[in-house]
Amino acid sequence: MKTTDTVTPGVESPDPSGGAGPAVAKTAAPTPRKESKSEGAVLNVFSHGVLIIWAIMVVMPLLWAVMTSFKTDRAIFTSPWSLPDSLHFENWSRAWSQAHMSDYFMNTIVVVGGSLVGTLLLGSMAAYVLARFDFPGNRFIYFLFIGGMSFPIILALVPLFYVMQNMALLNTPHGLILVYIAYSLPFTVFFLTAFFRTLPTSVAEAAFVDGASHTRTFFQVMLPMAKPGLISVGIFNFLGQWNQYLLPTVLNTEQDQKVLSQGLVQLATSQGYKGDWSGLFAGLVMAMLPVLAAYIIFQRQVVAGLTAGAVK
Amino acid sequence: MQHGKYRFIVGFLAAPLALYALFVIWPFIQSIYYSLTDWSGLSPEFGFVGFDNYSRMLDDEIFWKSLQHSLTLAVVLPLVTVGLALFFAFMLNVGGRRRRGAAIAGVRGSAFYKIVYFFPQVLSIAIVALLFQFAYNPNSGAINSALKLVGLGSIQPDWLGDPKLALICVMAVLVWSTVGFFVVLFSAGMASIPRDFYEAALLDGANRFTTFFKITLPLLWDTVQSGWIYMGILALGAESFAVVQIMTVGPNGGGPDYSTVVLPLYVYQKAFRDGQAAYATTIGVALLLVTLAFAAVVMKLGRRERLEF
Repeated sequence: MKTTDTVTPGVESPDPSGGAGPAVAKTAAPTPRKESKSEGAVLNVFSHGVLIIWAIMVVMPLLWAVMTSFKTDRAIFTSPWSLPDSLHFENWSRAWSQAHMSDYFMNTIVVVGGSLVGTLLLGSMAAYVLARFDFPGNRFIYFLFIGGMSFPIILALVPLFYVMQNMALLNTPHGLILVYIAYSLPFTVFFLTAFFRTLPTSVAEAAFVDGASHTRTFFQVMLPMAKPGLISVGIFNFLGQWNQYLLPTVLNTEQDQKVLSQGLVQLATSQGYKGDWSGLFAGLVMAMLPVLAAYIIFQRQVVAGLTAGAVK
Repeated sequence: MQHGKYRFIVGFLAAPLALYALFVIWPFIQSIYYSLTDWSGLSPEFGFVGFDNYSRMLDDEIFWKSLQHSLTLAVVLPLVTVGLALFFAFMLNVGGRRRRGAAIAGVRGSAFYKIVYFFPQVLSIAIVALLFQFAYNPNSGAINSALKLVGLGSIQPDWLGDPKLALICVMAVLVWSTVGFFVVLFSAGMASIPRDFYEAALLDGANRFTTFFKITLPLLWDTVQSGWIYMGILALGAESFAVVQIMTVGPNGGGPDYSTVVLPLYVYQKAFRDGQAAYATTIGVALLLVTLAFAAVVMKLGRRERLEF
């Protein structure tokens, strides 16, 4: 073992029982007690042990799902933990075409694409005005927006269903897009208002003095400057909207309009009766892979985007 | 910057505000009004009945069951999730072997652990629920087969089919899917605590246990508290709805024998299965009150001197 815990030469070792004053603490290199060497080692083994166990608990279900998606139905029931005898890719193609996974994917891409663009555009417009302009009602509108973060969506869903029905928006992609945008606005406005406040005012003022309109200043000067904030809040909204389950379950019940999460749940119910478990697992893994891949590639941005929301 | 200012403000706020008012604010206001009527949701006619729905709710056994389950989730889930996450985050940041000149050290590979732990956070809660529904399957699910493999074949619980276990199984899934997020969140907080504090504590002879409770936790308190509220709202709202609705048995979940029914699920069932829209909004109002009360209690209990560093 390396001499990790030795006392730095020339610095007197302070009495471990509490004699060290704060002045020493600032200047002296840390001088752990003798027994801390073994304590450190034991703890190190213990912490790695615990951490690995949880890592296995996280990964196992996912690996199990991947493994199962390549098995025959018979093998799924008789030996759930054994490796597949051969890779049954037909499960995947069956899920993709016959079980409508391709349709669910397309629906999700359309709805999430539309609402993501709309959320970022409308959210940044509202946030910019609320952050940068003084006008009567500014605070009221701001709190109206952020108040939406703490209300349970389910309470609004019952009347919302009938609002949508009256406007002929039920079971339409554009209806779902509008609702996604509306429910994403509270957090987006909250986050971007704080962000716009941190940006320097001088650039926008210079542009304005040069004769650019407010609108032009916003689109050509402020939005490019706000890019980091837009990316963070964009990732947050992308994952939230991609994974949305409650809103489409209530507002989007037509078979050929279903999005991924609700399509899968429906598949589980119907395939369960048909007994096509392998196809179902293939669909499940298919739905998991894109987000997991995106997460692994954009790991830093995803974590920053998601945690940025919770700390502030 | 006065020129055209108000026209600009109105132009930029009109669309977002209109959308928000129409799809979020208006339905919320309507739902409180509907809770005072006998509206079925199926026909446009309804009459004003005052507080009848509320008194009916107080006599509704299933309402009390779902309230009890929701409250259990709101208390137990944050406790377990935040507790586990703090433990893991502390291990990641302080549990490592000390290197030269460092008072504390993170374990080797902490970046890797954080990446892996975060996996479930990016998955849809619907996918997670489906996955675990299979894992819990009593006959051929992953868990019972694993028990058989390690020689515990005599223990084959019915998991989701057992009224005593079902709610615990549901909670375990929610813990599984959210711990990683808080590990990453708390790790970031811990990394920003100045090293001097740990060095001083070690010189004073503090062990890691004391260090955690005297230094790490107090300095992290704000983050822990907002995590606590976030987790509680999640447990009362959409996430618990999805897990219970998808995983547990019954026409729309909540079984066996109402042993897992939670408030948001009960709202959904009353409104969209039983055609009792007005009564559903009444339960929704109760859910809103519970959520607000929860947040208030946590903020009140968690209030302490703010520590700056």
